Amino acid sequence: MLEGLLIGLETALSLQNLLMVIGGCLIGTFIGMLPGLGPMSIIAIMIPVAISIGDASAALILLAGVYYGAIFGGSTSSILLNAPGVAGTVASSFDGYPLARQGKAGKALTIAAIASFAGGTIGAILLMIFAPALSSVALLFHSAEYFALMVVGLSAIAAFAGTGQIAKAMIMTILGLIMATVGEGALFNLPRFTMGIMDLQSGFGFITLAMAMFALPEALFLVLKPKTLKAGESEITELRITRAEAKAIAPVIGRQSLQGFFIGVLPGAGATIASFLGYAVERNIAPKDEQEQFGKGSIKGLAAPETANNAACTGSFVPLLTLGIPGSGTTAILLGALIALNVSPGPRLMIDEPQIFWAVIMSMFIGNLVLLILNLPLIPYIAKVLAIPRNYLIPFILFFTLMGAYIGQNNATELLLLIGFGICATALKFADYPLAPLLIGFILGGMMEDNFARSMQLYDGVAFIWERPMTLGLLVIALILIILPSYRARRAKYHASGVADGS
Amino acid sequence: MALDRWIALVLLGICLAYGYAAWFTMDGNMAPFMKRNPIWPSTFPKVLSVLGIIACCFILLGVEKTTPKEAEIDYRRLGDYHIGQAVMLLGLMVLYALCLRPAGFMLSTSGFLILGAVILGERKWPLLITISLIATFVVWYLVQEVLGIYMRPLPGFWRG
Repeated sequence: MLEGLLIGLETALSLQNLLMVIGGCLIGTFIGMLPGLGPMSIIAIMIPVAISIGDASAALILLAGVYYGAIFGGSTSSILLNAPGVAGTVASSFDGYPLARQGKAGKALTIAAIASFAGGTIGAILLMIFAPALSSVALLFHSAEYFALMVVGLSAIAAFAGTGQIAKAMIMTILGLIMATVGEGALFNLPRFTMGIMDLQSGFGFITLAMAMFALPEALFLVLKPKTLKAGESEITELRITRAEAKAIAPVIGRQSLQGFFIGVLPGAGATIASFLGYAVERNIAPKDEQEQFGKGSIKGLAAPETANNAACTGSFVPLLTLGIPGSGTTAILLGALIALNVSPGPRLMIDEPQIFWAVIMSMFIGNLVLLILNLPLIPYIAKVLAIPRNYLIPFILFFTLMGAYIGQNNATELLLLIGFGICATALKFADYPLAPLLIGFILGGMMEDNFARSMQLYDGVAFIWERPMTLGLLVIALILIILPSYRARRAKYHASGVADGS
Repeated sequence: MALDRWIALVLLGICLAYGYAAWFTMDGNMAPFMKRNPIWPSTFPKVLSVLGIIACCFILLGVEKTTPKEAEIDYRRLGDYHIGQAVMLLGLMVLYALCLRPAGFMLSTSGFLILGAVILGERKWPLLITISLIATFVVWYLVQEVLGIYMRPLPGFWRG
């Protein structure tokens, strides 16, 4: 491990990569503050830039920096304006906004910065310890298990996406899988479902789809319903936190780093769930008098979700880097970027290209440190970006969306596809269909089919499902993950309607 | 019928068309040696079409009862929002996509940024034009010179 660390340090500390971390954190923070642009959209916008860098570790370091920056930036706008730009920071606004209204905005932002830093750093340490162990287990995986694993990933995402909306999430996942079959498959070299259109021969562009699913609908929502943005009215004062407050949030940060990290590792959970769960747990275990403070400006209530969401972001890199399974929409986009850079994430990554793996871990430490150092003095100025008039903001968001798709494919047809899909995605968003499963299905679909076809050919049939215990086990887990949430939702409904459940 | 069920109906149509293509049109012209494979190019699409149809029916028939929650935007009252602006911006994007190649990057992008802001109600012309031109040039410089991706800056009849 020490050797790996040194390799990582060597790669991450090169001037180019240091600039990447700093640049990524800054870009992420600034764009993350804009309501409506979450880490998913920002990373999707940054992908063309990252891909044209060409060097996989530099690109991944840049994207990781953007990711952290975006999560932190999102908490800034949710604290100052009660306008969370990212789902993962919604929980931060519960207590952050009341604090800001009491004139303690500076303190709230400082707590957020410190909690994010601690969560991210502790998460990176855990990643360092657990990822190699996970990946050595992962080396036992064959294409049959890979197929099963992707089913687990898909099912978990469908189950977590929105409570009580499993059918919708399923449909979107299947739609993503269907879209992945358009074009030539790797195993068959036969154009499928192209309807004779040459531009579809290579399938739908991943960036086009990512932009159409996330950035465009969010921008359109901003046009349709202007959020009232007022720059922080109260002066940002009182930057420091007292010793007593530091003492109070230290155990919260410790607990939530661990909990957030392990939630992040699970495919499908991610930062949003980690932050809500962190908030709920801390509220439940707090003493009675502090419990009443939650929701009215409790520093514990702010520190808990902030720590948990950053730790979960780090945790979600474990399945991505060691198994090649994206645990969330954001890591799904990262996975797409990696594949475009000719790096196949998976158990072989640590063996074949250790410098990439360790450089990413080291850049997490550096990125967190950079975020803390850059943001503490910048906090008063950061809020000013939110004051950019929306007349300028929205055309630029739309322009960058289009540019992202155009640069990736150099094809103007792609832009029309993007707009078409964007309109469809907006309609889906109106009807409350979750969009992330579609993209995850699209990305996993191709790999899933390839691995399934490979194991079918190796075993000359579907026998691999019961002849390989690990495959069977994983498929059973997938089944449980699909059934459990709807079962629990049903039981909760019975509870609510007063039907006795025998207890 | 609520919007989500209309959408499910449309998706059902897509799944049916997709299923038809997978079940009936793909296997005919397959090479004979491929027919011995345990898996065909159409296998996966066949499974997907069936799953998709089942999932669509689930929503269409309302098997899973969901409590309608407060949506961010109520699509039944789209007129209350700035729908005109949104539609005009979408039209502008289509126009941009069609113009990008023939008219060159500089003209279409600065035009897009200026018109986009005008649609949203911006009327400070000098500031708007200055910002748009600077942004267009900076982006073009970054993409063309720094990243090395060719983009024709001006219309073809002016400069090749």
